Amino acid sequence: MNFSRTGIATTLALIALGVGGCAEDKKPQAAAKSETPVAQTATVTIGIVAPLTGPQSHIGKDLENAVRLAAEDANAAKISIGGKELKFQVMAEDDQADPKMAPVVAQKLADARVNAVVGHFNSGTTIPASKIYSDAGIPQISPSATNPKYTEQGFKTAFRVVANDNQQGKVVGEYIARDLKSKALAIIDDRTAYGQGVADVVEKSAVAAGTKVVAREFTTDRSTDFKAILTKIKSRKPDVIFFGGIDTQAGPMLKQMKGLGITAQYVGADGIQSTELFKLGGEAVEGTLASFPGLPLERMPQGRGFGGKYKAKWNQDVVLYAPQGYDAFNVFIEAMKKAGSTESAKFLPELARIDYNGITGPIRFDAKGDIKDGPITIFRATGGKWAAVATIGGAAPAAEKK
Amino acid sequence: MDTFLQQLINGITLGSIYALVALGYTMVYGIVGLINFAHGELVMVGALTSLSVIQALMAAGLGLPPAAVMVAGLLVSIPLCMLLAYAMERVAYRPLRGAPRLAPLITAIGVSIVLQNVAMLFWGRSYFSFPAVFSTTTYSIAGAAVTDLQILIVLLAGALMAGLLVVVHRTRLGLAMRATAENAQVAGLMGVDANRVIVAAFLLGAVLAAVAGLMVSAYYGIAHYYMGFMLGLKAFTAAVLGGIGNLAGAMLGGLLLGLIESLGAGYIGDLTGDVLGSNYQDVFAFLVLVVVLTIRPSGLLGERVSERS
Repeated sequence: MNFSRTGIATTLALIALGVGGCAEDKKPQAAAKSETPVAQTATVTIGIVAPLTGPQSHIGKDLENAVRLAAEDANAAKISIGGKELKFQVMAEDDQADPKMAPVVAQKLADARVNAVVGHFNSGTTIPASKIYSDAGIPQISPSATNPKYTEQGFKTAFRVVANDNQQGKVVGEYIARDLKSKALAIIDDRTAYGQGVADVVEKSAVAAGTKVVAREFTTDRSTDFKAILTKIKSRKPDVIFFGGIDTQAGPMLKQMKGLGITAQYVGADGIQSTELFKLGGEAVEGTLASFPGLPLERMPQGRGFGGKYKAKWNQDVVLYAPQGYDAFNVFIEAMKKAGSTESAKFLPELARIDYNGITGPIRFDAKGDIKDGPITIFRATGGKWAAVATIGGAAPAAEKK
Repeated sequence: MDTFLQQLINGITLGSIYALVALGYTMVYGIVGLINFAHGELVMVGALTSLSVIQALMAAGLGLPPAAVMVAGLLVSIPLCMLLAYAMERVAYRPLRGAPRLAPLITAIGVSIVLQNVAMLFWGRSYFSFPAVFSTTTYSIAGAAVTDLQILIVLLAGALMAGLLVVVHRTRLGLAMRATAENAQVAGLMGVDANRVIVAAFLLGAVLAAVAGLMVSAYYGIAHYYMGFMLGLKAFTAAVLGGIGNLAGAMLGGLLLGLIESLGAGYIGDLTGDVLGSNYQDVFAFLVLVVVLTIRPSGLLGERVSERS
């Protein structure tokens, strides 16, 4: 950490707070207020926290859209528990992908006594926020946080519907060593809980499978200039470059790699496996490999239907984790139905033993709260789209339909 | 060796962009003694405006040559940046002329935040990718890669700086600027309109900022609403490094900072046995600044040469 970066982060946080504060906060606050007399009228408030402003806002908005869609569908389904019809409302909050902001936002949701929370998006924000939710007894499902530490803290309220980085990183590292037959691997990460976490696991498993790591470089999740580190990496002549980070950095990085004449195979994890990467990196993205802790949308049991519904509602394609966000919301409903209660404390035990067939496939949790048998898919960027090249693990969900 | 050369090329490209932006800081400081912290935002507005124009032209599918599209972008962004700079000076700085130094500094920060937020409302919060107007050709020199874009950036930056020097040293406006920098009151008695000179300095800086904005977004392939903040900070550092208020100092400081960053990031790991990685590149750059200022408090070339010469 250097002082300039801290300064910027703080300033940006302040700026974003100022603007996000007036633009975004009004709706949720109104929602929170109208929720007070709500316990009698069976209103269920579900929080969604993600970066709704800043460089990762496209991914955060994608999740918010998914959760709003899920709430709309749930309201249309007229679900009743205990003779009362449930009215679902969404409280969307912005954590700016900032670990310092996450507990503040989490506390706000806890104070508003939401029934459950979908989120956060980043591992770096999910981990500090999970303590607040645990203390408040609010069940939390992260649709996307993959850092193993999240569920290793022993919180009974923490769940996730994606495979963690130990599983994902291990698969990617082995893929780099065995399928790509890499002899010289360069690794870059963005020093976030997610980026560094997945990069560390990839390094370990690739080395265990016989690859040599020739360079380990770092950047930040706000950088746009990678020429210096790429030049250094070029001098070590790697055949594969792995990046642990987000598409916002990967896009320009790929362009700059092309400019420097680096031809090594570029590999990333789920953070770069988005449709946005093609916009950010243009032609330079072609041939890039990326893993994703789940199935491709078209291979999800109900993926095509969801993709169409999402597009009809929001007039854009699914960016990244929308199906997981939608499923997380519905897992909460399923648990509430099973428990016959919308009270967090009452449906939490049901959540732990849920067996739900979502859009993404069957969802069951292990003792820690991690998804059981989460599949991992490797994609290749081909002609401006992600094409699945291999799926590893998973509980053969394509056959299961409900 | 090829790595060294590559880092050198990266550094010079980055440095010439810093130098262009640093000139904007230094010109205004030299004449009014004000640090215009909102100058970095002009770069951002310039980048996003020309990007929008280029995107619109590409979408229109007129089949214009790449150079024409880029120039069209600049033709819109330069006047807009000049207008903004003028408005900034009139609204936030002129009423505070003669006020304690801290006051215009605060309004400068205020203007910077306002511009960032207006840009965020107008362009949104997401990152913009630079459209594929042209395909860059990569040349290989002794194993190092140079793109035609890099060559263009360095040449254009050089030409603009030379042009600025001509304006400052060979025209009546330049004479008035130098006179005002030296002593505004005396210059006023000699019939120099200080307000016009100050506006001119802001406008010249805005032109350079708009061009630098297009350069930086084309070079890194990306633009966003807060890109001006860090760039502005770095350019300000470059201006201080060279000696603020000093045109040649800003150019030297810019180039030097670009090189320090690039070489620092490239070799800091090797020098420290991988204890410190390339993520310390900013620390390295600012460390050099601290050392230089300790030894030479007024920067490498000293403040405001005009006062001494």
